[in-house]
Amino acid sequence: MSDVAIAPRAQFFEDADRITHDTEHRRRIQTAMGKYYVSRYSRQALFRNWQEARQTAAETKWAALKELDKHLEAFERNATARGTQVHWTSTGEQARQVIVDIIRRHNARRIVKSKVMTSEEIHLNQLLEQLGYDVIESDLGEYIQQLKGEPPYHFVFPCMHLSREEISDLFENHLGTAQTHDPEELTMIARRVLRQKYIDADIGITGANFVVADTGMISITENEGNARLTAALPRVMITLVGIEKVLPKFSDLALFLPMLATAGTGQPLTGYNTMYAGPKQPGESDGPIEWHVIFLDNNRTALLADPQQRDALHCIRCGACLNVCPIFKNVGGLSYGTTYQGPIGSVITPHFRGLQDWKHLSGASSLCGACTETCPVKIDLHHHLLHNRRNAIDEKRGFLEGMLWRGFTFLINRPKLFSLSIKLGRLFQPLHALVKGTIFDPAAAWTKSRELPEVAHESFRDYWKRRQSK
Amino acid sequence: MKISLFVPCYIDAIYPKVAISMVRILEKLGHTIEFPEELTCCGQPPFNSGYWDDARRSARPVLERLKDAEVVVIGSGSCGAMMKVFYPELFAGHPEEASAKALSAKTWEFTDFLVTKLGVTDLGATFPHKVTFHDGCHGLRELKTKKQPRELLAKVRGLELVEMKEAETCCGFGGTFATKYASVSTAMGEVKCASAAETNADFIVSADSSCLMHVQGLLDRQRRPIRTIHIAEVLASE
Repeated sequence: MSDVAIAPRAQFFEDADRITHDTEHRRRIQTAMGKYYVSRYSRQALFRNWQEARQTAAETKWAALKELDKHLEAFERNATARGTQVHWTSTGEQARQVIVDIIRRHNARRIVKSKVMTSEEIHLNQLLEQLGYDVIESDLGEYIQQLKGEPPYHFVFPCMHLSREEISDLFENHLGTAQTHDPEELTMIARRVLRQKYIDADIGITGANFVVADTGMISITENEGNARLTAALPRVMITLVGIEKVLPKFSDLALFLPMLATAGTGQPLTGYNTMYAGPKQPGESDGPIEWHVIFLDNNRTALLADPQQRDALHCIRCGACLNVCPIFKNVGGLSYGTTYQGPIGSVITPHFRGLQDWKHLSGASSLCGACTETCPVKIDLHHHLLHNRRNAIDEKRGFLEGMLWRGFTFLINRPKLFSLSIKLGRLFQPLHALVKGTIFDPAAAWTKSRELPEVAHESFRDYWKRRQSK
Repeated sequence: MKISLFVPCYIDAIYPKVAISMVRILEKLGHTIEFPEELTCCGQPPFNSGYWDDARRSARPVLERLKDAEVVVIGSGSCGAMMKVFYPELFAGHPEEASAKALSAKTWEFTDFLVTKLGVTDLGATFPHKVTFHDGCHGLRELKTKKQPRELLAKVRGLELVEMKEAETCCGFGGTFATKYASVSTAMGEVKCASAAETNADFIVSADSSCLMHVQGLLDRQRRPIRTIHIAEVLASE
């Protein structure tokens, strides 16, 4: 237990400390995000009224979640009518088991995946590799991260932190290809490898951007066409999706598809938007012979039961909150140690994986609110970070910090003592120079990188007293 | 109008000139200033740290002392947001809920008070310098004060405002965040300082001394020539 409690926090601080000092990382992410801002805000301006669109999207998701059970059942009815097999899983363990059972039933060996964040959540690749299966990621960014042996850096841009040179090195080491720094050539290398993988694969695993209840379809958004190949070529298709991805009506996509593209990548519409409605039907010439849709709860219902933070389930995983987050841009995606990085990850991970183990992510915020401002579905992200902090303390009050705040409250409720402490501060400040930069510096966390301000010769309250007595 | 001036702890102890400038400006406009000396802090530090019980203990005297105030003006978007936006949430379901809402309704951030409540933008100030403006996050996003400070600065004689690219990006202060997550906070501040320096401005102006305390601390360490100044001091310059 204690190992679990310490590890994520210690890992965050260690990684964040390293990355914040990496100015090359900072420059690279700033450049990438600079390009994102330009295209995103120009696309956003094409909406007749972006704020109204956000409101409609938020209300649609609110309504969808309010009757989540009915919409999910409607999906199941409509999907099974066309031969789709729907599975319900409460935990990652259950979802993994369902997937392994399907793979075994088909004597499958080779598995190709398009982007499936939920599979990262349940650590599917590690399990399948342990069991000896050949698992390959087909999203270019994810493929690169898989070769690198790293989880995705950003859940929309998985390898945005890598340079072309680093990608070329990876390809050279793993695929034996010649060095090239041309993005198109690099893409072609991956394409040649991946094309054969689709053809050889027995099973394709996809995620879903939206689950459409009234038609029993899932909608997948992508730019590379890899999800279409993952879905179409192997004989069995598996879709792993969180229960919150449901939209009540097919027509809701008319708003959500352009909104996801705008907020996610600054495109008017993503390259490919495909709706899947079932396995190969009688008389059809292609498509998988079986399609399994696996719904994953994995503590989403616990979040649904939280009336204050339920809106975190509105998330369409556009990644916009990461793109504007000054914390994300400075610590980088891998420091989080989570499937979902950035503000949304800091909000939901404590719900999904334990508040006490992950509360440090809710603390890792200046509460600037850039995330909330940009979120297309109006999740109250930065206030939820505040709520997580409160909930963590209500659940388990810190001893030392608790004493500190008791003392603080004691002091500020006694104006005379407060005034005296300012005077003492002024008196003792010159002595600070003696300990500054040493292990005895009480303000070391500040003075390591910043100068301390000087206490004024006369505080405002002293000035006011002097003025009143005149 | 009788204005109760709430002076945040860091303005009281470190930047008294900010509050003195506010007094001068508001008195010049013909208002009476009252300073509730019993109050020292809005309670935001324990609130942001998750210690809401302690935050309530800090905030109760504020509610009690200001219950009869006509209007409350604060020279900080951060403490202003605490009282205007977060007090009602902090006391929701508590006996003080109604008084928290009442205080929220009559509390104003300084620039918002001048422009929105009083309808004044020209204070007759002269400040012959090139400046850039830092939007404090609480002022910008909780109190929606993007335009107000700029309208005020536009009327200052001799002042040239050059916007920095990262004007709306957090400076990295965030209260206790600055020491709990010092390296992250510092990196954010460095981004801010670099962006401000790009404008070649003489001053970074803001409506929040807490942000400026952080930014100035970094500027001093990095020996950058640009200085920080609170907007009230600019508006009181003659």
